[in-house]
Amino acid sequence: MSEIVDILISASFWAAVIRIASPLILATMGELICERAGVLNLGIEGIMVIGAFTGWMAVYQGMPLWGGVAVAMAAGMLFGLLHSTLTVPFGLSQHVVGLGVTLFATASASFAYRLMLPEVTSPPKIEPFQPLDIPVLSDLPWLGEALFSQTALTWAAFAVAGLVAFTLYRTPLGLAVRAVGENPAAVEAQGLSVTGLRIGAVMVGSGLMAVGGAFLTLSAFSSFFFEMVNGRGWICVALVVFGAWKPGKAVLGAILFAAFDALQIRLQQTELGAVLPYQLFLALPFILSILALILMSRRAEVPAALMVPYNKGER
Amino acid sequence: MTGEKGAEVVLRLDRITKRFGALTANDGVSLTLRRGEVVALLGENGAGKTTLMNILFGHYVADEGSVEVFGQPLPPGNPRAALAAGVGMVHQHFTLAGNLTVLDNIRLGTEGLWSRSDAGAREKVERLSRDFGLAVHPDAKVGRLSVGERQRVEILKALYRDARVLILDEPTAVLTPQESEALFATLRKATGLGLSVIFISHKLHEVMAIADRCVVLRHGRVVGEVDTHATDKAALAALMVGGELSLPRAEARAAGAVLMRIAGVSTPNRGASPGLKMVTLELRAGQITGLAGVSGNGQAALAEIVGGLARPAEGRLSLHGQEPKVWTPGEALARGVARIPEDRHHQGSIADFDLTENAVLEGYRTRFSRRGWMNWRAARAFAEGIIKGYDVRCPGPSTRIRLLSGGNMQKLILGRAMAVGPDIILANQPVRGLDVGAIAYVQSQLIAARDRGAAVLLISEDLDEIMGLSDIIHVMSQGRLSPGFARGTMTAAELGLWMAGQKFEGAHAA
Repeated sequence: MSEIVDILISASFWAAVIRIASPLILATMGELICERAGVLNLGIEGIMVIGAFTGWMAVYQGMPLWGGVAVAMAAGMLFGLLHSTLTVPFGLSQHVVGLGVTLFATASASFAYRLMLPEVTSPPKIEPFQPLDIPVLSDLPWLGEALFSQTALTWAAFAVAGLVAFTLYRTPLGLAVRAVGENPAAVEAQGLSVTGLRIGAVMVGSGLMAVGGAFLTLSAFSSFFFEMVNGRGWICVALVVFGAWKPGKAVLGAILFAAFDALQIRLQQTELGAVLPYQLFLALPFILSILALILMSRRAEVPAALMVPYNKGER
Repeated sequence: MTGEKGAEVVLRLDRITKRFGALTANDGVSLTLRRGEVVALLGENGAGKTTLMNILFGHYVADEGSVEVFGQPLPPGNPRAALAAGVGMVHQHFTLAGNLTVLDNIRLGTEGLWSRSDAGAREKVERLSRDFGLAVHPDAKVGRLSVGERQRVEILKALYRDARVLILDEPTAVLTPQESEALFATLRKATGLGLSVIFISHKLHEVMAIADRCVVLRHGRVVGEVDTHATDKAALAALMVGGELSLPRAEARAAGAVLMRIAGVSTPNRGASPGLKMVTLELRAGQITGLAGVSGNGQAALAEIVGGLARPAEGRLSLHGQEPKVWTPGEALARGVARIPEDRHHQGSIADFDLTENAVLEGYRTRFSRRGWMNWRAARAFAEGIIKGYDVRCPGPSTRIRLLSGGNMQKLILGRAMAVGPDIILANQPVRGLDVGAIAYVQSQLIAARDRGAAVLLISEDLDEIMGLSDIIHVMSQGRLSPGFARGTMTAAELGLWMAGQKFEGAHAA
C-alpha cells in the first residue's frame, strides 16, 4: 500500500498524468463538438492516426513543429468533411460511416507511409516539442516538475478545452451548435442552416482529433509507428459520455483515465508486478474507467438529436 | 380584433399548389390576411392546412403559386426570409431545444454567430412577456416547462423577432380549456397592437370564439370563406366534411357487474410525468368509462396497468373479483383484455410487416401456431376476415402496413382487438389523427362492443369525444383521479377545472 502512496505523491507521476491526458483532451474536445451538434464521429480513431502521421511527416519534410500541427489539423478537417458530407446531407448511418472513415484513414496513413518512405526499416525520428521552461513556476520544488515542465502542445490542449467551453456556453455560435444537436427543427425554424452547422462542427471537431493524434508524434514520442494510437480514439468516445457532454467534466475524465494509466505502469514495477500477470495492470485503467463511467453517466443528458439525421421538409 | 374591410393587406397567398408524389396537398389555394385580423384556417386532418403554412414559412417549396408579405414577394423555401419579412410561426410540434433556457431558445439565430450581445435580450423578453401576458421565466430550462409554457416560449420567439404576422398551427390541441382562454387573451392583445394572426384549427367553437374570418380547406382546396359573425358551427362543420356531420352519440344504458377493479394504486413518477396517486377505478360491463385529461398526467401509467404492461407497485388490481397471480400483457390478453394502443405506429403495429403479420401479432403463439410452427393459412384467413369485416381499404393482406392511412391502420388494430370478443377494451386515444369517417366508424364499434356487454375504458384528450361517448367520466390530473361523473352531469368548463387540477384541492378539503 505504501508503494501506491509513494507513487501518488511523486512529481514525476503527475507530470506523466498530464502528458498522457493531453492527447485525450484534444481528441475528446473534438468528439464532444461533433456530438453536441448531433453527429457521432466514430472516425476519431482513424483521424487520430492521420493526424499523428501527417503532423510527423510534415516536420520530417522540414516544416516547423507548429506547421506540423497545422498540417495535421487540415488533414483531420478533410476527413471530417468526408464524414459529414456522408452523414449530414446524405443522412447515412453514422456508425457505418464512422467506422468506414476510421478504416480508410488508418489505411491511408499506412499507404502514404510506405509510398513516401519505401526503404526505411525503422521509422526516422524528428526533434519533438520540448518542455517549456517557465520562469519561477518551473523552479518550484514539487509543482515545478509535476505541472510546469510540459510542452507547448500540452498547454494548447488545456487552452483548447477552455476555448471549447467558452464557445459552447458564451457565444451565439455555441448556442446554435447545442441547439442543432438537441432539436434541429428549432434551428431551421430560426433561419439557420442545420447542414452548415453540423458540417462545420464535424470538421472543427475532426481537426482537433487530428491534433490529438499529432501530439503523440510531435510531443510524446519523436517518430511515427503503426498502432501508436492504440484505441485512444475509442477512449475519447467514452470520455464524452463520462463527461456528460460537458467540456469541464470531460477534461476531468481524461485526467482520471491518464492517472489510472500512469499508475498501472508504475505498479508493474513494484512487488505486485512480480506476482500478478502484467495484462491485469494493462486492463486496470479500462476497468476503472468503466466503473467510473457507470457512476458518472447515470444522470447525463444526451443530446436529443444525436445520431438522428435531419431531412428538411420531411413529413 | 376587428380587421376592417379596408385595412392594409399584410399577407397574400396566390394560387398555391403543392404535390407530394400522387397526393395533391394544396390545390390552387389563395388567401389574404389584413392588419389586425384573425383568420382561421379550418379543415380536417389531412386537408392541407399545415402544408400551406409550411410553404408560407419556407419549410416546403410550392410547386406553383406565390407568397407576398406587405406587398413584397417572398423567396420560396427560405425560413430566414420569412422571418425577416415579419412572419412568425408557432408549429404544432414545438421547435424548441429542451437543453437550453427560455432566453437561449428565443435568442437562437438572432445574433451574429460570434458576437456576444446578451445585453438587451433579457429586457426585451421580459417586456414582451409583460405586454402580451405571456408569463414564463427567462432562465428556466425549456425541457422542464409544461406544454402551455412551451407554447408561450414559441410565441415569445416570434414576437422577439418583431413578427407582424403570427401563424399558430393547432395551438389549442395540447392545452386545457383555461390555458386556451389565456392564449385567446394574448391573441386579442396582439391584434389590438396591429398584429395579424392565422389560426389553424379543427375545433369549431374555438374558431367561432377567436376568428374574424374563416377559410375552410377540404382535400387541399378552399371550399369556403365566411365571416364568423355570419355563420354558425353547423354550417362550418358541413363545409369541412362536405356534408352533414354525424358522429355517433351513445345513449345511456344500465351498467352491469364490475369486470376490473383498481384500488388504491400508486406508481412512481417517471421523469416529468407524474405517477398514479392512490387511484381507484372500476370498469363495469356494458359501460364506457371515459378518462379525460391533458396527456402526460398519468394516463400512460394507468393504461400500462390495465393492459398488463406493469403491475401496480402499490395497491390492488382485480379481475372479476379475483386478484391475478401473474399480470403480463399475455395474461391480460388471455383474460379478455383487448387493447387499442395510444400510438398505433409504435405500439400498435410493426411498420414493415404486412397486414397478415400485424393481424396475428397478439395471437401468433396461441391461436395461429402449433408445436412451434406458424399456421399461415389461418393467419391469412384471419387477416382477410378483419379486412372485410372492418372495411380496411388496402390492396390485400400482404400489403405492408406502413402504406396504409392512419384510419385504415386503426381499423385493422380495432379488428384485431375485437376478434377475440373481449370483456374489457382499453381504447387509448383511439381516434387521434383520424378523419371524420374513420372516427365515426371506430366510435360506433366501441359503442357496439359496450352494447354487447363489454367494459370500455376510453382515454382521450378530446373533451367532445369523452362527453359524447362516456357513460361515466373521470378526469386525471397530476396522477390523481377525480370521482366518476355520470353522463350529462358536467359541462366542459367544469371538467376543464378538474383537468387543471384546481378542483382536487377542494375535493380533499371537503
